[in-house]
Amino acid sequence: MLAYIIRRVAQSLLVLLVTGFVAFSMFSFVGDPIDNMLGQERTQADIDRLRGQLGLDQPFVVQYYRFLEQAVQGNFGLSYRQGRPVSDILMERLPATLELAFVSGFLALAGGIGLGIFTAIRKRGVSANAIMTVSLIGVSLPTFLIGIVLIYVFSVEMGLLPSFGRGEVVRIGGWTTGFLTESGLKALILPAITLGLYQMTLIMRLVRTEMLEVLRMDYIRFARARGIRERSVNFRHALKNTLVPVITITGLQLGSIIAFAIITETVFQWPGVGLLFINAIQFVDIPVMAAYLMMISVMFVGINLIVDLLYFAIDPRLRVDRTAAGGH
Amino acid sequence: MSTPVLSLRDLVVEIPTRTGVLRPVNGVSFDIAAGEILGVVGESGAGKSMTGNAVIGLLDRPARIVSGEVRLLDQPIQSLRGEALRRLRGKRMGMIFQDPLTSLNPLLTIGDQLTETIREHLDVGQSEARERAIAALDEVGIPAARQRIGSYPHEFSGGMRQRVVIALALCAEPELVIADEPTTALDVSVQAQIIALLKRLCRDRGVAVMLVTHDMGVIAEAADRIAVMYAGGVVELGPVREVITRPFHPYTGGLMASTPGASKGMRRLRQIPGSMPRLDALPDGCPFHPRCERAEAACRENPGPSLAACDGRAACWFPLTEPKEAVS
Amino acid sequence: MAQNEIPRAPSRFARARNSDLYYSFTRTPVAIVSAAVVIVLVLAALLAPLIAPHNPFDPGTLNLMNGFTPPGEANAFTGDYFLLGTDDQGRDVFSTMLYGMRISLFVGFSAVMLAMVVGVVLGLLAGYLGGWVESTIMRIADIQLTFPAILVAMLIFGIAKGITPPAYRDQMAIWVLILAIGLSDWVQFARVVRGATLVEKNREYVQAARLVGRAKFSIMIRHILPNVLNPVLVIATISLALAIIAEATLSFLGVGAPPTRPSLGTLIRIGQEFMFSGEWWILLFPAGTLLALALSINLLGDWLRDALNPKLR
Repeated sequence: MLAYIIRRVAQSLLVLLVTGFVAFSMFSFVGDPIDNMLGQERTQADIDRLRGQLGLDQPFVVQYYRFLEQAVQGNFGLSYRQGRPVSDILMERLPATLELAFVSGFLALAGGIGLGIFTAIRKRGVSANAIMTVSLIGVSLPTFLIGIVLIYVFSVEMGLLPSFGRGEVVRIGGWTTGFLTESGLKALILPAITLGLYQMTLIMRLVRTEMLEVLRMDYIRFARARGIRERSVNFRHALKNTLVPVITITGLQLGSIIAFAIITETVFQWPGVGLLFINAIQFVDIPVMAAYLMMISVMFVGINLIVDLLYFAIDPRLRVDRTAAGGH
Repeated sequence: MSTPVLSLRDLVVEIPTRTGVLRPVNGVSFDIAAGEILGVVGESGAGKSMTGNAVIGLLDRPARIVSGEVRLLDQPIQSLRGEALRRLRGKRMGMIFQDPLTSLNPLLTIGDQLTETIREHLDVGQSEARERAIAALDEVGIPAARQRIGSYPHEFSGGMRQRVVIALALCAEPELVIADEPTTALDVSVQAQIIALLKRLCRDRGVAVMLVTHDMGVIAEAADRIAVMYAGGVVELGPVREVITRPFHPYTGGLMASTPGASKGMRRLRQIPGSMPRLDALPDGCPFHPRCERAEAACRENPGPSLAACDGRAACWFPLTEPKEAVS
Repeated sequence: MAQNEIPRAPSRFARARNSDLYYSFTRTPVAIVSAAVVIVLVLAALLAPLIAPHNPFDPGTLNLMNGFTPPGEANAFTGDYFLLGTDDQGRDVFSTMLYGMRISLFVGFSAVMLAMVVGVVLGLLAGYLGGWVESTIMRIADIQLTFPAILVAMLIFGIAKGITPPAYRDQMAIWVLILAIGLSDWVQFARVVRGATLVEKNREYVQAARLVGRAKFSIMIRHILPNVLNPVLVIATISLALAIIAEATLSFLGVGAPPTRPSLGTLIRIGQEFMFSGEWWILLFPAGTLLALALSINLLGDWLRDALNPKLR
């Protein structure tokens, strides 16, 4: 087990090194930082001096190492567009994104698992079939269209909820939260649904498929043949087995909520890191892009690691098998 | 003679399909007394497992019992549904499945699965249930049962797992056990042990057993009486010694001749020509007649006679007892 | 010579499968309707220059006075009539939509083709060569899979945009989009093909071919490609829906097709600005078309997966 965890951690580090390399390459190959930092009136001496300062005259590997060193300390330089340290901008924007992702993730998980179980158990029921049909439309509906539809219905037509922004926020230390004000909570509703709905559909369909698969297994038949109550068969015997494969994909889904927040934040002009990233792409603001990439990979890798560890908590077979089984 | 534990009368199971109605079980009747083991043999598709599933009420949709009677002691149970049926399962009739590798829930300890079943049917507390679980494991020959009760199924070998399965089927002390190919998935060396165990437990507790298998050797070893099934019907029924040494029905005769060790002497094994007809293409008349060396016009024109027509032994117009020109 | 020795089974297989497919198709109303919708939309996009009443890219034909004409009504100033109304610049919504769909479909198809070629080639290489080639390719795939495709596409788009000189950015945007979406989606293809290759590699005929010194690789390709045709087809169909949605999303976010050559996503982005002021048609028609396109391709993909892979039913 320990060996397995060590291998997983090593893999995570590899992912971080590779994304770090991509981020670093963006600095090196996409636009010349010297161009970006020095004005029109520059002399060759200025350029050489800056080159020396930035370490651009060093060998590639040394530069990469320096970059990683800086990145680990959260230092990505100045935003080309705003002229402020990227890390400051990110920290300012991060609470908005995390609060949004947290609420939608909760919606997606609770709704997805609940509806998935329901549609699997009542697989011939009318309501279960209706839910499945609607979910197919949900999968085809791009996130931004969901947002637009919600804005149209609840903001434009009904005037119930705000269509953009975060509402009033309360500052607590370095964190800003919209959870504590009425306008903040109201502003959260539409974006959270927009972001959560698609993931919820996916999780629901996945849970349903896995659960139906499990319900066909011999041990479920055997449990029924022993007269175990239907409730216990479904929730004790079947659900636990369903969760093992569901956890991986669900974990990844939760990660992608942070990425899909980019779309939701743009639709609702939500002042989070996603909107920042989109603006950075539009203006080719490399430091912001690179920092966002690094930040999001750390999050993803973290989520993946947690998912792996959760496996051990749920599936006793892994506690012995995995380490011995090795590669595959 | 006292009331049989299980009594089937003209049981018919149908599966409606797009092209027509199939009858995998077509008018099956037999009794099993307390402490008796009835071996049910036949080729795959003869309807033996389907009969077992019908008795315990675990037919997969759309298969269903359309007529006939299933009687457990004095109670007709063929039309029981839902909760009433569930209370019988495990408590009054248990079932043992073919593959011990898949019939135990991999994520629950065997102790969990045992105590759950015991507490479902018997009015005992958790610690009492645990003691009974340990006793049940002890009884099926799991060494160091007290220590192993917290183990997961994957920590046992195939033979040991089948012992656990038997313990699970018997732990709520049912009067009837349906064992569906209990040894097929096991190593030959383990098969005999499991059969001996099954036999001992049933004798000791006076449990009626319906032993479904295609293995004549297992039947000869374990069963008191034998029911031979062909194309959904019982074609021969009688005490195991008599049927094996002096089969009445030509199909049984062919089956014995093609089984090594079942018939005495070192005669060459013979095959029954052809194969069992598919359910959607049953021939008119006696379903066995196209493969039968003794078939005559009567066999083609009339369905096979009832067992009663031939001393309650065989459903055949020209049983092997009647002298007929020598069968080569 | 060698070709003649190989039994002609694949073509017979293909025919049998096609007839099964056809049978299943005629018995699945959803598939028929979806296919009809896709065909109509694709034809409309292909024939846009013939069908469209206006050429939205010819500034000469535009009249700003025609701006914001509601659908089905004559314009108050010019008396001109537009089936689905006009946008703020007086462009006919129906025409921009047809041309927009053209771009959406072109990007979608090209991106899937790119993903397929890259995925199949890398999958074959990984499965066939094994060793460090395989672990490198599959590691890259794993790492890429850690991130959602749309994010990878955005990143590739951003980098490519950074490399392109500013003057060419609008012109190159479509190709950059294809590259971004295509490269974000090759992993699935590679995984399936690699799996099939690993299975085929150990088959007797490949071993035998090696013994007689025949080109193992070319024989394998001949046998592997027919084997992976079904899954690749299913993945391609579902990828097409995803690619069209990805293109629309990127364009909607302003990091895709430029306003000068709008795709459906760009049109929705433009239309969204007028949602609050009541000009709903500028938004509704492109959005509805995108939804119809994505949904029917998805439904087709669903049906295809069920029809070609009975195990998943």
